[in-house]
Amino acid sequence: MPARVPWIIAFLLCVGIVLFVLHLCIGPVAIPVDEVWSALFGHGSSTTIRIIHSVRLPEAITATLAGGGLAACGLLMQTLFRNPLAGPSVLGLSSGASLGVALLMLAVPSGAAVLPAFGVGLGAIVGAMAVLGVIMLADRRMGDGVALLIIGLMIGYLCSAVISVLQVASSAGALRGYILWGMGSFTGVVPGRMGWLMVPVVMGLLGAFWLVKPLNALLLGEAYAASVGVDVRPTRSRIMWITGLLAGTITAFCGPIAFLGLATPHVARGLCRTSDHAVLMPVTILTGAVLALFCDLLIKLPGVGVGIPLNAVTSLLGAPVVAWVLLRGKRWARAT
Amino acid sequence: MGTSHMSLLRATGLAVGFGGQPLIEGVDLHLNAGECVALIGLNGAGKSTLLNSLAGLHDPMAGRVEVEGRPLTELSANERAKRIAMVLTGRPQVGLLDVRTLVALGRQPWTGHFGRLAAKDLDRVQNAMIATDTLPLADRAVSQLSDGEAQRVLIARALAQDTAMLLLDEPMAFLDLVNRVRILRLLRDLAHEQHKGVLLSTHDLGSALELCDRIFLVHDRQLWSGTTDEARTSGFLQRAFAVEGLQFDAGTGSFRSV
Repeated sequence: MPARVPWIIAFLLCVGIVLFVLHLCIGPVAIPVDEVWSALFGHGSSTTIRIIHSVRLPEAITATLAGGGLAACGLLMQTLFRNPLAGPSVLGLSSGASLGVALLMLAVPSGAAVLPAFGVGLGAIVGAMAVLGVIMLADRRMGDGVALLIIGLMIGYLCSAVISVLQVASSAGALRGYILWGMGSFTGVVPGRMGWLMVPVVMGLLGAFWLVKPLNALLLGEAYAASVGVDVRPTRSRIMWITGLLAGTITAFCGPIAFLGLATPHVARGLCRTSDHAVLMPVTILTGAVLALFCDLLIKLPGVGVGIPLNAVTSLLGAPVVAWVLLRGKRWARAT
Repeated sequence: MGTSHMSLLRATGLAVGFGGQPLIEGVDLHLNAGECVALIGLNGAGKSTLLNSLAGLHDPMAGRVEVEGRPLTELSANERAKRIAMVLTGRPQVGLLDVRTLVALGRQPWTGHFGRLAAKDLDRVQNAMIATDTLPLADRAVSQLSDGEAQRVLIARALAQDTAMLLLDEPMAFLDLVNRVRILRLLRDLAHEQHKGVLLSTHDLGSALELCDRIFLVHDRQLWSGTTDEARTSGFLQRAFAVEGLQFDAGTGSFRSV
């Protein structure tokens, strides 16, 4: 482990905590840190307590979980496919989730109206898992990472096409609802439903840590991994199940968040200068949480970003990172 | 030689290939501890497929492989990895791995669930790097090494795996003359001094005849095996490499035009 890794982790933790606290303080109503602190423990005015507990705390927790989870997804997929441009959106998982949501919100608008957040969530998870099922069937037939990546891209195009058809045929109200979801947001999780996001994401993150050793073996390719004792096929499907669980759940609650999954592992590699997953996994998850909190804070800052969609900010920050990674040359681009 | 030793690896009636037609069939071979064997054959003859089948990475079409007297199919992936280490053909793209971390990947069959390295593991990694003269490269990025250095590092990784057998697929490809001889000497010394069974595929017939103990020759979907002396004198090499306008000189292990 490079000597600076503990410092990087400490630094990311500090930045993360500062951003998290800023999240609780900043909003339409500015709340000083000491009032936030007492409100967390149930002291102070009832309005402040309500703002902190039902609005800001859930949003900050959602951003932390979603950022960390999507970043872990990106790292898992970049290693699995040995491709620096792999991410949840590339394998078609986000598209599948979007299609699930579109089917619920556009084709059966009354369905989404009856069960607002919950219906959307279910649609996204079912969509992501359906794509995962197709991908795993394809995997069984081909057993080739690159071909699978292309299948994922094709599934993405297919889903987008179906969504376009649905959009043409849907009502203005339903379309608006779908487009708002598609812009991405960390504000959609009410306190009572936090468990629905938290439990799967924490399970997925623990699963990602569980796979650190075979992930390292996969850095050398599947044949070398098999030669050091990795059961490649079951390992590959474990990685895909964890990816599906994380991407499906997070997309369900936050919409298809662009670039966080793809770009964050590259930032983490740049920070640590290593491909060792024992180091990269925690640093990637922390970096993802920090970036998500940062992006969400930008659109919350009064007078700066209010009203800007979350996806616009993540793309504005994420796209240059990916371009930079590619421009830094082959060594970095292949740093999977 | 060899029959009095216990064979580390033994194949009987092995046929390997993809789909319908086997690339090589009726293969009977064995690999003993302490010997360095070269697998020779033209491109596409099935050398890689044979090596992968012997290592359990590819299912043979027929026949059986035994590792230390046990059928290969009965071993788990991890049990296999504790007995056979491989150096695959080509140079893997390993991103930002440094040399020491890559060599330490060889310890995976022996470490616990999270791959944490114990003192003994670090010891083996160190020894593997000493044996391959890669210790000075320990903190370099693998992607910055020359081809010769990278090949020694990959061999160090296989050595760190602490197996009785090393199977190497064209470890001397793309290397210059000096590095080819250096790698082959290293492999022969590992066989003779550390008593490992080493099987490598190569196109460098001359060096193989000079430095290896035995030759496996794939020709016409058959595998011929014999000592290097037998290979020189039996006339099999001459027949296998009979090409119009070229004549194989068994004395030098090289071709000259006629």
